[in-house]
Amino acid sequence: MARNKETLVLLLDVGPSMHNFLPEIEKLCSRLVQMKLVFNKNDEVGVVLFGTHDTDNDLANEIGGYQNLVVSQRLKVVNGDAVQSLENLPRGTTNVLDAIVVGMDMLIKKYGVTNKGKQRICLITNAMSPVKEPYDNAQQDQVDIISTKMKESRMKLECVIIKGNKNEAGIHIIVDKNERLLQKFSMKTTTKIVHVGNPTSILGAIRTRRIAPVTIFRGDLEMGTLMKIKIWVYKKTSEEKLPTLKYFTDKAPPSDKFATHEIKVDYLHKCFDDPNKVVPPEQRIKGYRYGPQVIPISSDEWDTVKFKPEKGVKLLGFTDASNIMRHHFMKDVNIFLPEPGNQKASIAVSAIARGMKETNKVAIVRCVWRNGQENVVIGVLTPNISSSDKIPDSFYFNALPFAEDVREFQFPSFSKLRPVYQPNAKQQEAADALVKMLDLAPSGSEESLNPDFTINPLLERYYHFLELKSRKNDAELPPLDASLKRIMEPDPDLLSQNQAIIDNFRSLFELKINTKKRRVSGKKVWEDIDTVLNETDYKTPNNASNELAVPRIGDLDPVKDFETMLERRDSSEWIIKAIECMKNYIFNILESSYDGDTFPKAIECLKSFRKGCIVEQEPKPFNQFLYNLHKIWGKTDLCNFINLMAFEGITLINKKEAVDSDATEEEAKLFLKRI
Amino acid sequence: MTMEMDPEGFFREYSDDENDFNQEKESTKEFIVYLIDASPKMFAPLDRDLNKKNETHFHVALASVVSSLKNQIISHTYDEVAICFFNTKEKKNLQDLNGVYVFNVNERDFLDRPTARLIKEFDCINEKFSSQIGSHYGIISGSHENPLYNGLWVAQALLRKGSNKTVDKRIILFTNEDDPFGNIIGPTKADMIRMTIQRAKDIRDLDLSIDLLPLSRTEDKFNVSTFYADLLDLDDNEVSQFITYAVERMDDMSNQLRKRMHKKRKLRTLVFSIANGISIGVNTYALIRPTKPGSITWLDSISNRPIKTERSFICSDTGALIQGPSQKFSVYKSENIVFSVEELSELKNICNGQLHLLGFKPLSCLKDYHNLKPSTFIFPSDDEVVGSTLIFIALHQSMLRLKRFALAFLGISSNPRIVALVAQAEISSSNCQMEPPGMHIIYLPYTIDIRHPEESIIDDAAVRTKATDDQIQKALSLFKKIYLKDFSVCQFSNPALQNHYAILQAIALDENEMPEVEDETLPDVEGMLRSSIVDAMNEFKNAVYGENHDQEEYESIETKKSATDTLKKRKNNAVSENLLHQYSAFEWEDLAENGKLKHLTVVQLKCYLTVHDLPLSGKKEVLISRILTHMNK
Repeated sequence: MARNKETLVLLLDVGPSMHNFLPEIEKLCSRLVQMKLVFNKNDEVGVVLFGTHDTDNDLANEIGGYQNLVVSQRLKVVNGDAVQSLENLPRGTTNVLDAIVVGMDMLIKKYGVTNKGKQRICLITNAMSPVKEPYDNAQQDQVDIISTKMKESRMKLECVIIKGNKNEAGIHIIVDKNERLLQKFSMKTTTKIVHVGNPTSILGAIRTRRIAPVTIFRGDLEMGTLMKIKIWVYKKTSEEKLPTLKYFTDKAPPSDKFATHEIKVDYLHKCFDDPNKVVPPEQRIKGYRYGPQVIPISSDEWDTVKFKPEKGVKLLGFTDASNIMRHHFMKDVNIFLPEPGNQKASIAVSAIARGMKETNKVAIVRCVWRNGQENVVIGVLTPNISSSDKIPDSFYFNALPFAEDVREFQFPSFSKLRPVYQPNAKQQEAADALVKMLDLAPSGSEESLNPDFTINPLLERYYHFLELKSRKNDAELPPLDASLKRIMEPDPDLLSQNQAIIDNFRSLFELKINTKKRRVSGKKVWEDIDTVLNETDYKTPNNASNELAVPRIGDLDPVKDFETMLERRDSSEWIIKAIECMKNYIFNILESSYDGDTFPKAIECLKSFRKGCIVEQEPKPFNQFLYNLHKIWGKTDLCNFINLMAFEGITLINKKEAVDSDATEEEAKLFLKRI
Repeated sequence: MTMEMDPEGFFREYSDDENDFNQEKESTKEFIVYLIDASPKMFAPLDRDLNKKNETHFHVALASVVSSLKNQIISHTYDEVAICFFNTKEKKNLQDLNGVYVFNVNERDFLDRPTARLIKEFDCINEKFSSQIGSHYGIISGSHENPLYNGLWVAQALLRKGSNKTVDKRIILFTNEDDPFGNIIGPTKADMIRMTIQRAKDIRDLDLSIDLLPLSRTEDKFNVSTFYADLLDLDDNEVSQFITYAVERMDDMSNQLRKRMHKKRKLRTLVFSIANGISIGVNTYALIRPTKPGSITWLDSISNRPIKTERSFICSDTGALIQGPSQKFSVYKSENIVFSVEELSELKNICNGQLHLLGFKPLSCLKDYHNLKPSTFIFPSDDEVVGSTLIFIALHQSMLRLKRFALAFLGISSNPRIVALVAQAEISSSNCQMEPPGMHIIYLPYTIDIRHPEESIIDDAAVRTKATDDQIQKALSLFKKIYLKDFSVCQFSNPALQNHYAILQAIALDENEMPEVEDETLPDVEGMLRSSIVDAMNEFKNAVYGENHDQEEYESIETKKSATDTLKKRKNNAVSENLLHQYSAFEWEDLAENGKLKHLTVVQLKCYLTVHDLPLSGKKEVLISRILTHMNK
């Protein structure tokens, strides 16, 4: 346990310019300590605040200077108090940046040169505080001294720099200076600098759970038989799940101090045919389905014949990056690093990675990570070019699907859908504007909701609740924090900035709840939308008031709508249009009918359609429509409708009724019979 | 690469009206009658292949039916099949028609799900065929028999079962006779042809399809226009391509990938809320998921009957049985923090299950390591909100053109996540859709899911880690040599899965030999040894490793080995000295005699065992008894 323990000093800037960010920093740091309480109970944490009004630190007491720095918590094993104290940081008044020295001093005093590589300093600042004058001249020397010391004890420095408002006069220069100073650190020591800009990403600026990296493979990347590259493979991403909780029982008497309160889950295997007969677990055997039968095969039997690939990572070849679809990535991601300290391996990986990047190529590899693994993984290596001299280039590895994993479902082509589904130029323009303007990564400013700095709202809520419950047994679940809503809902500022674009988009596309389909009850979400849409209908001007200008066949009274359209005499186009609309309407309600629920309405419409066509002496569209209906649906579950049509006596319009008809009275009768 | 039995069903009629995507007919299963010609001509030896002397068209037909059945039993377990011979001596069919024999095994209807037994017995029918069923060409002058007609009739009758709405019904006809009525003349011939074609037409009218697989593969040997074009109602175009298609299909039947088929089924319907109350309906589909061998059923190894498992909760402290525990806990700050089940479900309920658009980003923001699990496909649906498809298509096109993806929050309560929606344009080859149009949901990691192992392994030694331009150039020429031009993810079948199915089949069918499944994922070792590749590889190797790499490697291994060897030796010596010292500290015989061995520690006991080269495993009692046995006591 202790072998793996970390000592962390948090250096927090609480100066005036930081006050706006402190709520997020409080959340981040208290969560960081809390996660240590859950997962790394032996870790030690110290907290140094700088920019405070008071001064209280060893160096100030011993040698003077180091003003406005307070050690708010000395290094000690994490406990619940630390979580609370970090939740309420004091607001300071002045600015300084000597904190690193104080933090380092704390670590060195406690450990000297022991405990190498397990000490970390996290600095959170906006780097707007000028470094104090006396040191200004000797800055270079000071940095040198500090970084040498840090290197000696292999301390890691993690700097979170909050990009604030740089417009204030003079601030710009200070920030640049400070950053240069930190850059110098990073040249000599293991320093990571992270820039964050908005409150949401501050919450994710430091990874709150510390997991010691473990390799999943160490060995050769085999390039044919001729060449091998020594690599280590680690996980790059791995889903952090909500902790699994144990079942709780309070059956034990309160006096029992050693009660575990656990519940044991017991499994009893019983014969299917005879529920009284219990089968001991070792008497069970696995059965595999083969057609209607189940074939019992013992695990020993499988062991002798099952697929046993040899451990190893083999290169199959290189291919164009465009041959690999992004959505084919199957799992969490691994990273292939050259063996540490092996220059040859680093260079070989670097040459291939940079070559891939330059020519847009990827490598296909076949991997068996350990002996005894029962399957192989085919995956793709993509380059990860490091921007730091200290970190070698590497590959990301993503598993790819096998032929069996791809399900070939067919979907209709968008281009072949009916015109009613195709956006017109105006609509397309509005969509373009929306995609362009609802921009989360505007050039020149920070990318919002970058996964690397976005916290998991569910986990955040769980740990917050856990902390509350630990303080007060019957704490209630607090409502969702506003900072988490920023992850789950669109940014209101972004929406209001683009209000005009959204309104335009909305006015060009008409949405309507599909009333024809019987919906599963209890789907509240749809009902919500229903109301929203109804409100919209009410608000949008071109619906109700302009009825005359743009008539259409609506759901309310289609027969009347149709008649209204036919009665319009301002253009002969209306008849054709009315017929078209009616055809589509009938077709649609039939198509979406559920258990015949739309049939009566469709029959009404069809009758009116037939009447209209006779009045207008336009028999052909109607007859054609009937033929089509019969042809398409005569043999499907809609044949009931056809039968109903026959029962209602709806048939072709014959010559007697409309001269243009090709159908005689006889044929019309026959048509009915054929149904 | 077609994996379905008959993806297009090339004889099936399509209604090409304006009704588009709501009308997809999705049959859940297929009923197939294999109708095999058993006329003497089928038994004529094939001259083209001298190696297999006894190979006949009949064998070829049987073999492809067997492989098709073996595939069906794994991939389409609920399909039903019947096997039917025509032109036979014996007859066995419900209509009692001459010259038609329906093959079957016990415990099975004529048309039923394939069983291991059916496959096994059918596989050896060849030996018994002449004695039990017999070949006899029925269509001769004056007999008025028409076994082809009878065969079709029997097949049609078999397929009367089940509803046309849920089942695809097909007759697959195997024959090498392109002119079945060639032997007869006069009005009888015309009559018979007319009857047979009418029968086929009736079958098609009933929505059953007929596929013909001619066994002669060249057009001069099997002229489809002689008779079958009329039977199958082919147009000129179809006639001209008929043989090519048929050959492809025969090949398909015999080398099919064993894979369980999935019915196209939507995962869920989501509300995709875009902004300010604009919400559309979309359906999600699992297009890519790792396939596992079918589910297992636990059996009682004695009776081979299925077992059901019951779960019960027992309080660890009191041993009392608990009905449906309602609280869970976690230890935090050394205390039990208890949550009720309701609290937990409320905790998880952070979003209303919708897909919320957050905004758009350029595709370059989607990094290769932003991935956690297989993607999910989304396709619009107007079922709930009319107009959804139109909006979806408009956004889809904008995203493709502007090379942007949408960032959204998928608020399903089991695992709410930030997701990327990546638009995918349709990609299709000649008659097959490779990538459907729509969007893919990529599940993004949160900061806590991303690890930084590359930062933690930095060591002090200042090693140069970046390649020079020359080294990169050498890598580029290597890429050109080991270039997989048309690599596609579907290229490889999963060797573990294929092996699993093959073994299952061998055990189910009681086959003696365990099948060898080819592992397609292994690299082409021989190909990699082609001189051009070797040259490029060596050049690259020399550029990055230096000329003397192998020698250096060898030496470093040798030094390491000798170093560890001496170390080991030294250690061994030290250990054995120590051991002997300890060993001699005890009077082993006395201790054993007086039963005092049990007073020694395990370490001390092991001294004895090591010195006498005995195994060290087991508990203390085992060690003692081993020592005693060694002393012959």
